[in-house]
This record gives sequence, structure tokens and C-alpha cells, in this order.
Amino acid sequence: MKKILSVLLIGAMVIGCAACSKKKDDKDDVNKKSEGVMTYEEYVAAPLDSEVTIEAYVQDTQSWWNDQITVYLQDPDGGYFAYNMNCSEADSAKLTQGTKLKVTGYKSEWSGEVEIIDATFEIEEGNWVAEPTDVTDKLGTDSIVDYQNRLVSFKGLTVEPSVDAEGNEAAFLYSWDGSGAPGTDSDLYFKASINGQTYTFVVEYYLRNESTDAYQAVTGLNIGDQIDLEGFLYWYEGAQPHITSVTVG
Amino acid sequence: MIRKRITAVAASLSLLAVSLMMTACHGANSSDKFEVPEDFDPDKSYSITFWAKNDTNKTQTTIYQNAIDSFEALYPNIDVNIRLYTDYGKIYNDVITNISTDTTPNVCITYPDHIATYMTGENVVVPLDDLIADPEYGLGGDCLRFDSPAPDQMVAKYMDECKINGEQYALPFMRSTEACYINKTYVEALGYTLPDVLTWDFIWEVSDAATAKNPDGTYVLNGGNTMIPFIYKSTDNMMITCLKQLGADYSTAEGDILLFNDDTTEVLQTIATHVDNGAFSTFKITGYPANFLNAGQCVFAIDSTAGSTWMGYYAPLSDLHGNDLVEFETAVRMIPQYDPDNIQMISQGPSVCIFNKSDPGEVMASWLFAQYLLTNEVQIAYSETEGYIPVSHMAQEDPEYQDYLSHYGEISNKYYDVKLQVTRMLLDNIDNTFVTPVFNGSTSLRDSAGAIVENTVKSIRRGQSVDYEDMYDDVSAQYNLNQLGGNFGKKASLGPLPKEARILLGTLGTAWVLIAAYFCYTKVKERK
Repeated sequence: MKKILSVLLIGAMVIGCAACSKKKDDKDDVNKKSEGVMTYEEYVAAPLDSEVTIEAYVQDTQSWWNDQITVYLQDPDGGYFAYNMNCSEADSAKLTQGTKLKVTGYKSEWSGEVEIIDATFEIEEGNWVAEPTDVTDKLGTDSIVDYQNRLVSFKGLTVEPSVDAEGNEAAFLYSWDGSGAPGTDSDLYFKASINGQTYTFVVEYYLRNESTDAYQAVTGLNIGDQIDLEGFLYWYEGAQPHITSVTVG
Repeated sequence: MIRKRITAVAASLSLLAVSLMMTACHGANSSDKFEVPEDFDPDKSYSITFWAKNDTNKTQTTIYQNAIDSFEALYPNIDVNIRLYTDYGKIYNDVITNISTDTTPNVCITYPDHIATYMTGENVVVPLDDLIADPEYGLGGDCLRFDSPAPDQMVAKYMDECKINGEQYALPFMRSTEACYINKTYVEALGYTLPDVLTWDFIWEVSDAATAKNPDGTYVLNGGNTMIPFIYKSTDNMMITCLKQLGADYSTAEGDILLFNDDTTEVLQTIATHVDNGAFSTFKITGYPANFLNAGQCVFAIDSTAGSTWMGYYAPLSDLHGNDLVEFETAVRMIPQYDPDNIQMISQGPSVCIFNKSDPGEVMASWLFAQYLLTNEVQIAYSETEGYIPVSHMAQEDPEYQDYLSHYGEISNKYYDVKLQVTRMLLDNIDNTFVTPVFNGSTSLRDSAGAIVENTVKSIRRGQSVDYEDMYDDVSAQYNLNQLGGNFGKKASLGPLPKEARILLGTLGTAWVLIAAYFCYTKVKERK
């Protein structure tokens, strides 16, 4: 019996070691790029309109439509935004959080948002989920652009009034000027401040629709609420984070 | 202020249209043809839905709501429920989806191109000729509780734009065109004088000149790192307008697709040359023309007159942060022309159609509301939100509207000078506007016209050569043009006749032979 127990314990130890070793390999794999794939640094340096191939991990997706999907990707060095990537509906279901993709497309810039367009992808072995980077102190600085497309967080903000086209104040607006409405696919726009500066944030409908906590949390905001936010640092003529999580303090 | 990036739904719509054609062929949702009822009780209760498009503009949505409130005050038993959209493509998509489930709205803002696809469903869209002519409830009818324009008070050209196969299937609601918004300060800094009528040669020459760089790589014109001298918002309009101005083929009225021709290739080759020079880009590839214009990074921005409130240093609407705005003198011209003596510009803007329902009274209630959108109150208020013009002479000649037009050089929201300039430009050129033929599939053809421009620009920016024939084949496949029944300007094999057709023709032939034989027999018999 003792012999059997010893064998079982040794076996368990070997499996445990192997598992630990595998975990270390996974961690290494996150940083490792396949042959012919750009590092994040090389991607940043690549000229606009050039063909790029990157490997990164799906952090979130917008809703699939017409064999296309927009994907927020990240590796440990930076974020990527694959806009309207070619994707079948069946494959879109495989693009769950953490899934590793090899993406080939063209680097492009649309109103300041650096993105990959006309892209195709392959699903690869590997899984990694990014932790949000707190960029609260980068708000209003030039250096925030270095975090473009990454999962980021903002802490200790205060909800400020948004003003619609007719001068009415609200904690948030359906569409940028209040021209949207509940029950439509309106994005939510809201303002929040810190250190005396006010910034605009967006709940992008195709990323977080009315059935999600984030959308519902914003529709429940009041002016003066203290909030923490998480989202992807999208860019439109300046930082315009796509918010995925709202915590009211 | 932030405008949302437009999601690319257009590419899918041709596929949806084909799906609708399939559904329609199976006759899944055919209603009885609408007939104007002899007795209509406007005091009976009806609940109708109105799917309305706005330019992501709160003032416009308020005008819609005010129109509903005023209408409901006149007809307390007709309840109008609005659903707001900011994208024609999304309305089109939703209507197509709802045709198959028989849950279309009652009244819908739309484009005639889209109606042509809706009409592949049997009796889905209500023809309006009988309604318009009805002496009681027609345009300017005796029993209306509001002043609507009589048929001869509508702009005939705009009414004609809403006819399909000779029948009126929509009412025009607003009309706009495209305009060229210009950084006049830059044009003059480059040593040019703006002509009254822009030509394509002029705009390309100035745009190329604006790409000159300093030794450090910055642009001479603005001293910055970004300069896209010429940006076009709607590339489908760009190609369509170029072909119209050249007198070149695009399509026939019957739906034969003639887009892919030598003139088209020549236009694309010219565009490619200037993209290669760094002189041209598009909204889809680069961003909103207004943002580049207002940031001093663009000389010529072509966009709808309905986007005029975003154009210029003093524009009431802007997405740019204060520091990014650059002060300059804004000039407005009609879009560039190939022949300044034969001006051509596109006519665009929302129309309104009515969907058929089993209760003719409900259709009548819908008609009353659709017609209410033509009242001066609604027409003038909505047109003043952007560079739109009213679609009736009654509204255009109204003293209130004439007073609005008489303002010059102001920067207030209501009387913003750039908006008023493009509005007057369109009013002066109504006879120089055109539309393309409407048929089932014309939406896909329009999308294709834009796609070949976009593809050309992308290829050149990427340093790739363009094989135009291959691109035409790819775009035809992408937009399912080969499933629309057009012949693409080539002789097409129609294949063998279906069995049913062969039987029918055989029967007809046999009948004629028997008739001829009987005729001969009777003649012979008479002689005997």
C-alpha cells in the first residue's frame, strides 16, 4: 500500500512539475512571435498603408456583421484594433477573450485611430487576457496616445453634465448630441472629470449594448457620481475610450 | 462634439436584397393591392409607426417630434410612434428584414433606390398616385385639417425622382446636393484664384500643388505633417457624377449595368495619378473631410450640402478640439465640372414612402401623416437645420423661408453663412441636378461605383498596381451584380429555356398550327 501511495505521490509531483513548467512556457509564449510576425515595436514603426502581420490576443469584439468583425487585440507590449476583419459567423464565435490570433492586413489611420484594415486571421494556440492599465494620470497628456487600443482604466472620476443640442443637461446622452433614443442602437456619451479637467467617454453600442452592465450603468448615472471606468483606448480626433465597465463609487 | 464613425453596412445590403427577392418570389407576404377607400373616418383610432432618419442631429429629431405632436393635435385618434435612425442603410436593412415578417413600419424615410428593392415583395409599398389625386384627402385636399401643397405646388422634378416605372411610390421630403467646401486662404497662398465654376482640371492642379514639401518633410502650405488637399466624402456620388458629366454609361433605366466601361477606367486612372501624388483621399480611408478642412489639413472638401454646418472655422458643429482648429476663409462652390457650360450635380435627400397594411384606413392614416411632413411648418423648420431645401414651391416661396435666405455673412447657428450659401446654390441649380435610374439592384450598383474608387485609392496608397478588369469582376461578385438581371454591357448567354417555358411555347405553336390548318380547311371547303 505504501509503495502504491509513494508511486501516486511521485506521479502527482511529476505532473505538478510538468504543469508548472508548461505554465512558464505559456508565459514565455505570450511574448514570443512566430517567424515573419512583427513585434509591437515593429508594428508601430511600420508606415501607414503597409502590409502588417501581428500576433496578439483577443480582448473583446464588436458584434459580427456581414462576414466582418471588429476586434480589440493586445499583446504584453501594446494594443491593436482590427477594423471590420474578414470573418465568418462560425469563426466569430471562436474569437473569445484571450484567443490568440495571427492577423494580416494593412496598417491604416482613420481620424487618428491606428488600425488594421482589410485583414484576415488565423487562430493559433495560446491564451492571454490583459489586465487594464491605469492611465488616469495620463488623461489630458500627449503620452496617452502610447496606450492607444489597450485595455485601460480610469479611477476616481466625477460625472459631469453633458449638454445636448438644445442646451439640456444630463448625466449622459444617447448619441453625441442627444439625438439618439432608448431602444435604438445609440451609443452613450458621458463626461467625467478629474483634477479640474473634463473628458468624454463612450459606450459603443456594438461593443456593449443595452443588455450589458456597462450600458445599463451609464443610463443610471447621476451628475456628481464618483466612478471608475475600464475600456479600450479608442481614438477619434483625440482619446475617445470605448468603455466596457463602469463602477459607481 | 463627436460624430460616430459610420459602420459599413452597405456591402451587405445587396445580399439582403437578393434574399428579399428570393422571399418575394415565394410570395410569403403578399397583401391585397391598396385601393383608396370610399369612406374614410379620420376620427377612428389608429396607431402608426414612423421610421425616421436624421443626420445625428438633435434639432432634426425635435422637429420630427414637434411634427408628430402637431399632427396628433389635429388628429387626436391617430397615434404616431417614431423610431429614430441615423443611417439610411440601417433603415433599408430593417425594412427588408421586416417585410419577410410582415412588420414593416407604416411610414418610412427612404431612398427611391431602396423602394425598388422593397417592391420585389408583392403590394408591399403603396403606390401614391390615387392618394395624391384624391379630392378629399389628396395633396391639398378639401378634407385635410392642415394646409398641404397641391400637386402643382410640389417641385415637379423632385416628384419625378420618386416615380418607379411611371408610378409615384414616394413623396420627396428634403433635397440636398453635394458642394465643394474650400480653404480659400490656401488656394490663394498657392497663387491661384478661385473660379466661379470649379473644373476637375483646376481642382487636381491645385491639389497637386498643395502636396509640395519642405526639406524637413513638412508641407509647405501648412507647415505640418498632414495635408490631404482633396477629400471626397461619398465616392459613389463621385463616380456617378463624373460619368454623368462625361455623358458616359452607368446603367439603363431597365437595370442593365453599364458601369464597367472605358470612361470609368479613365476616371479611375486620373484618380490613381493624384492619389499617387498624395493629393487625394476619401472619407472611408482617411476620415471626415470637415475635420481635415477645419484643421487646416485639406484644401477641397466635398460633402453633402446637408453637412454644411460642420464646414469652416466658424462651423456651429465640430469634432475638433479648440487647439486643432485653424482659422481660414471658407469658400463654397458647386462640385467640379468637366464642362462648365453643362453643369451637373447629384440630387439627393430623404423621401418618404408608405407601406401597405390589411386595413385601408390604417394606410389612409399613414398617408395623412406622410402628407403632413410636406406642410410649410415642417418643411421650413427641417430644411433650416442643414443645407437642405424644401420640396414644395409653397414652402420655398413662403415669406418666412425667403427671410431666412436673405441673411448673408452670419455665423450664428440658424443663419450660418456656409449653410446658406450652399442652400442658395442648390436653389439656383435645381434644373442642373440629376438622379440615376431606379431599379431593383440600383443600390448595389451605387455601392459598386463607390467601391471601385475606394479600391483604387487603397491600391495606389499601398504601392500596388491596379488591374481594372479584375477589380470590376471582383466588385461585381462582391455586390452580386451578376444576380440582378442586368447584362453588364456585355452579351450574356441566357442559357436554355426552362421546361415550363418550352411546354408553353410548344403549346402556343401547336395552337397556331391548328388554327392555320382550320383556316386552310375552311377556305378549301368554301371554294368547293
